[in-house]
Amino acid sequence: MSNTKTTELENVVVRFTGDSGDGMQLTGTLFSNLSAILGNEISTFPDFPSEIRAPQGTVGGVSGFQVNLGASKIYTPGDEADVLVAMNPAALKVNSNGIKKGGVLIFDEDSFKKSDFDKAGFKTENPFEELNISDTIQLISAPLSTLTQSSLEGFEMDNKSILRSKNMFALGLICWLFNRPIEQAIHFLTNKFSKKPDLLKANIKVLTDGFNYGNNLHLSISTYTVEKSHELPKGKYTSISGNKATAWGLIAAAKKAGLELFLGSYPITPATDVMHELALRKDMGVKVVQAEDEIAGITTALGAAFAGALAATNTSGPGLALKSEAIGLAVMAELPIVIVDVMRGGPSTGLPTKTEQTDLLQALYGRNGESPAVVVAASTPADCFHYAFMSSKIALEHMTPVILLTDAYIGNGTSLWKLPKLAELAEIKPNFAKPGMEGLKVTARDEVSKARYWSIPGIQGFEHRNGGLEKDYTTGAISTDPLNHKKMVDTRQEKIDYISNMIPELQVEGDKDADLLVVGWGATHGHLMTAVNALNKQGKKVALAHFNYINPLPKNTEQVIKSYKKVVVCELNSGQFATYLRSKVPGEYLQYNKVQGQPFTVTELEEHFTGLL
Amino acid sequence: METSLIQQYTAKDFKSDQYVRWCPGCGDYAVLNTLQKVMAELGGAPHNTAVISGIGCSSRLPYYISGYGFHTIHGRGAAVATGVKVANPKLTVWQITGDGDCLAIGGNHFIHSVRRNIDINVLLFNNQIYGLTKGQYSPTTKKGYVTKSSPFGTIERPFRPAELTFGAGGTFFGRVLDVDLKSSAMTMMAAAKHKGTSVIETLVNCVIFNDGAHGWLSEKETRYDRVIILEHGKPMIFGKNSDKGLVAEGFNLKVVTIGENGVTENDVLVHDAQCQDSTLQLKLALMEGPEYPVALGVIRDVATESYDEAMENQIAEIQAKAKIKTFDDLIDSCEQWDM
Repeated sequence: MSNTKTTELENVVVRFTGDSGDGMQLTGTLFSNLSAILGNEISTFPDFPSEIRAPQGTVGGVSGFQVNLGASKIYTPGDEADVLVAMNPAALKVNSNGIKKGGVLIFDEDSFKKSDFDKAGFKTENPFEELNISDTIQLISAPLSTLTQSSLEGFEMDNKSILRSKNMFALGLICWLFNRPIEQAIHFLTNKFSKKPDLLKANIKVLTDGFNYGNNLHLSISTYTVEKSHELPKGKYTSISGNKATAWGLIAAAKKAGLELFLGSYPITPATDVMHELALRKDMGVKVVQAEDEIAGITTALGAAFAGALAATNTSGPGLALKSEAIGLAVMAELPIVIVDVMRGGPSTGLPTKTEQTDLLQALYGRNGESPAVVVAASTPADCFHYAFMSSKIALEHMTPVILLTDAYIGNGTSLWKLPKLAELAEIKPNFAKPGMEGLKVTARDEVSKARYWSIPGIQGFEHRNGGLEKDYTTGAISTDPLNHKKMVDTRQEKIDYISNMIPELQVEGDKDADLLVVGWGATHGHLMTAVNALNKQGKKVALAHFNYINPLPKNTEQVIKSYKKVVVCELNSGQFATYLRSKVPGEYLQYNKVQGQPFTVTELEEHFTGLL
Repeated sequence: METSLIQQYTAKDFKSDQYVRWCPGCGDYAVLNTLQKVMAELGGAPHNTAVISGIGCSSRLPYYISGYGFHTIHGRGAAVATGVKVANPKLTVWQITGDGDCLAIGGNHFIHSVRRNIDINVLLFNNQIYGLTKGQYSPTTKKGYVTKSSPFGTIERPFRPAELTFGAGGTFFGRVLDVDLKSSAMTMMAAAKHKGTSVIETLVNCVIFNDGAHGWLSEKETRYDRVIILEHGKPMIFGKNSDKGLVAEGFNLKVVTIGENGVTENDVLVHDAQCQDSTLQLKLALMEGPEYPVALGVIRDVATESYDEAMENQIAEIQAKAKIKTFDDLIDSCEQWDM
């Protein structure tokens, strides 16, 4: 029996941290999903090191998984944690700045010994004082390792495997703390370990003991409840990562267009999961070539586009640099291709596992010649599906490369996704050459949209030669004629500009009659929206205009921007979108920039905006 | 019935309306003509033929073929061709490339397409020079050769395309000489029929920057004393008078004269292009004059599943037993809940 009191919360942030081998990602995922099933809104953010297994117990090897559970609309995984689970002192050290005042720290006291403090680089044996948090947080100390060992007494497992199960003990404890029935967790585990019955049994035992440990020991701490959210449209939901949603958006687009999906790809963090997901989808007929390098990733895809497939390639910043010349070829040959760039910290190898928005200008301009391409950016893990779908639609209908920008934060993070049906999605009508057009030239195009007609090899009467050399506007033959070149340059630009007729107008969210317009793009939407909503609640006049279509810009961009006296462009770089906006809609823009490999925090945004009012 | 008609094509059906713009006397003309004849003889329609190239003199070739063509970017022809074949396996895909395009900037794509055994036919035009950029040494230029970028002679050891192909596990390697039309056609036919990556080293003369690079082989008078045209299952006999042959001696090949020192036709090795073990085939491919004749024709031609076939088969196999058949099935497979 527990006599602890229960606190009801609007939202709560839990962060699981430990060695990268401690199973924190699994623990976090299970806890998030079971909370979602219980009706909470969720947003998650995994944060892991680029080292696969750094030396155990060191700060270099700390892996984290943060989830924000909400009883109402939430947009981000949250800033600081209400509850931090730290499996060792290194995890505490890395995350000590990320705990709320009055928050709860759950730690494994078996891993908080002298040798562990040494490995984590603590000078004393009191890490809490050393970090100056002993007075501001509540500690729940539990000997997780020992408890797990005794929980699994009698199981035929070696000690290493037993200790590996301690993440389930922590999960059980967290379930108790949040008044979560563990049945749902057991259900997940049953699915996950269906082929390993012994492991399943052990995990369930440890999970249950973890829950009971909290319940029985009358831990003198308040437990939490987060009520069901009623703000989402009714329907069936799942929790999905941005990279998986991107992969599925491409699949849906191929089905809708009646084409085969082809992905040419080379492994690169944090984008590889897109390839993993598509490689798995042979049932959907997806063809994936794991290429010999980034260049072959896109050029195999361009070959597939030439041959009539929905072609895509996925990468991150350094890979996008390598693909530049081939994107130029796609511009010149006017072939449809989707290039997914899951951005990470740069330049060069930079911060492979950390998030940033620093590839924007590379996507817009990183090519030789006058080489316009469409640039689209997704905002949330779930809406990567929509924007991957729309990127494909634009590519196929307008015969152009489309660069879809996501980033490590939404690529790896998850959010709730309302499951779609194929029939509900927009139609995709590739700009095929049609029967009756036999003999058309390679440069033949729709007069209005300027989209070149797509003739697929294997069909009689449409044979043609395409390529990277400039072509004559009329005959399609190679040409160096000065005026023709100018005409072709203009035509390729007009084709991209025309797409602004097809994309939605820019929306203003928050207080439309605002003194300050916050402008953002891509994956920062959640943080910006949360900050703007919070300020609106305080009666402050702030609004948000958030961009998903970057090139071309929505048609009403100028009109929106000019309606506000003060505009601040917020982005995770040194001001790339601000620079771009200044070139498109000249005017005065304030900037708020962060280049730390981390998302914004709502707190810093609120403070900054308040200062601007 | 239309299906009972066998459509007969001529070389003309594979000529595009574009004016061929190579330098007068360039070896590429002969190869283009031979290729068009071979395409006609193969019987596939122009619209089922795709010709993919990178950058360089030879890479202009797709413009001159009437099928589907794609003149891409420097070095990437092999990768583009891979995508074309995987996406549209019914097409007959030719990749046109040169010694710079294929072995310098495109070296990585070349070895990997060979390794994967994608079903494409690669015509590697080897003139041992960069022509389109006006005469720099290439990865196949002979050591010591003076070019604009090696005014005191190159200090680099050249690649031998056969070694790269064999090293990458190639299943087909042939060699042709621009001026030797009959063996060229025969070799291209075999390459087209081979399932997998067929590499044909095409010895072509650059009249402007490297005239006579293969001149030792090209002279009609002496050619057949200096080359041997290999055919599977036939004894390796060569010479203007068909009186020379290759025999094995120890670990090496040796040129013998039939009728001298008691050597008879029966002593001469019989060519086995289909032998899985490539050791002897590589030795043949690496023969150089004046000690040995240079091998032309089909040197290696081994049947193995191609990459594109393997991909189709794997997809078919998985789809046959998959529970997820449609996109809506895929959505239904999610862990899901009502909200």
